[in-house]
Amino acid sequence: MPHLLSATDMPVPAMLRRIRALDERLFPPTAQPLPISPRPSEMRSLVLLFYEPSTRTRAAFEQAAIMLELHPLVILTESASIQKGETLADTVRTLCAQGVAGIVIRHPVAGAAHAAARLSTVPILNAGDGAHEHPTQAMLDLYTLWVHFGMPDPNTRWLAGRKVAIVGDIAHSRVARSNLILLSQAGAEVWLCGPPTLLPPAPLPPARLTTCLQEALQDADAVMALRLQRERMEQGLLPSLNAYRRDYQIDARRLARAKPDCVVMHPGPLNRGIELSDEVADGAHSVILKQVRFGLATRCACLEYALGIG
Amino acid sequence: MSEREEVVVMDAEDMRRAITRIAHEILERNKGARDLVVIGIQRRGVPVARRLALALSQIEGTGIPCGSIDITPFRDDIRPRPTTLTRSQSEVPFDINGKRVILVDEVIQTGRTVRAAMDAIMHIGRPACIQLAVLIDRGHRELPIRPDYVGKNLPTSRAEFVLVELMELEGRDRVVLRKPREAPAKLP
Repeated sequence: MPHLLSATDMPVPAMLRRIRALDERLFPPTAQPLPISPRPSEMRSLVLLFYEPSTRTRAAFEQAAIMLELHPLVILTESASIQKGETLADTVRTLCAQGVAGIVIRHPVAGAAHAAARLSTVPILNAGDGAHEHPTQAMLDLYTLWVHFGMPDPNTRWLAGRKVAIVGDIAHSRVARSNLILLSQAGAEVWLCGPPTLLPPAPLPPARLTTCLQEALQDADAVMALRLQRERMEQGLLPSLNAYRRDYQIDARRLARAKPDCVVMHPGPLNRGIELSDEVADGAHSVILKQVRFGLATRCACLEYALGIG
Repeated sequence: MSEREEVVVMDAEDMRRAITRIAHEILERNKGARDLVVIGIQRRGVPVARRLALALSQIEGTGIPCGSIDITPFRDDIRPRPTTLTRSQSEVPFDINGKRVILVDEVIQTGRTVRAAMDAIMHIGRPACIQLAVLIDRGHRELPIRPDYVGKNLPTSRAEFVLVELMELEGRDRVVLRKPREAPAKLP
């Protein structure tokens, strides 16, 4: 039974092709979207177990479930027995006993999805565990780059010679971690950039670490900005949002160091005017809305793979 | 303006190595990273401080707080002293009481900037000690201040300029020694 816990679990080349096929069906140039489920199933439930708030990941998984003719069953922790003190282990056992098709977990503790997978009799999909991993986000980011670079043969190191800069709160970012896995697998030169207090306190090979945004952006083919969490200020890791904006915001002037066709990405939700200037966020380099769109086909492909359908 | 003679005394690689070496020296002298915090003097000391903090954290595998200090209200060459008028732009979001502060600047010459920075630090707390790290020591001290860690000792004349260019500000890392426009008249 394939769980999807880490970016290392992704069958990348097959996944890229499948996302492409699904995206074409979901967003045909004309007419109605085609149904993507090959066979009507018996409406089994896909549980979305969210211990942390989420908009786009949850919405994408929920819609993906419907497209695969699964019934999305969203469990938000504030309204569940988890509030009564039920452990993650018991919640997972309970859901498995009810015969659900699979469980998508978002949890604030690193390793939560792995712990759930050890107990589960159904496939577990990691939708973000603490500062550890967010594999489906990394997969959709990789897909976005694949499309941008003209869909090269995914079995090659198709990102070789490309420089990707990930900028922001690297130390607390599951998106950066999962992306580093997939990007370096595809051969990219990955730079991680942020203030020293928000960089990982130990080397993360093969990534290059720098506190200098200009160095990270120099000749970059793609830039990923990460969301800055306001609690980092309270933890004394950052003086202020203004200080971050002054030194690490990606604006048009700084982006001029990157390659002319450099893409700008952001996993969302965007703090407007902090990580990216408005002109960059809404500008010609930005593929942020494409990422959101590709999120749907990516979650479909991930569910198909983990649940063994399609 | 006429062209002045320039000598590159430190390139990007030299600078990177100097910062890495200073990081090792700091950890050796302080027997690890316990209680260490790094504070850069605005403006050019700040990028150097950030790089040093990153190097320290990578060697020790632990996060090192990094802040910056604005010395404007503490300078001795602005009269009347605008201490109460100028709001300090220091960014030190952590407690420095009892901490070992590594104060960072790009160049030390007279020592007056460092004196002002020490005042600024004492103004916000009582560190266990302050140690000084500079990329370039060009001499000509006017105060009894000596850096603990030096990237490069660069004997200069007072008429020369030392320019530390940083990727963050100028788009490249290097240190340039600029000769005076006209050679000073030689004594017969």
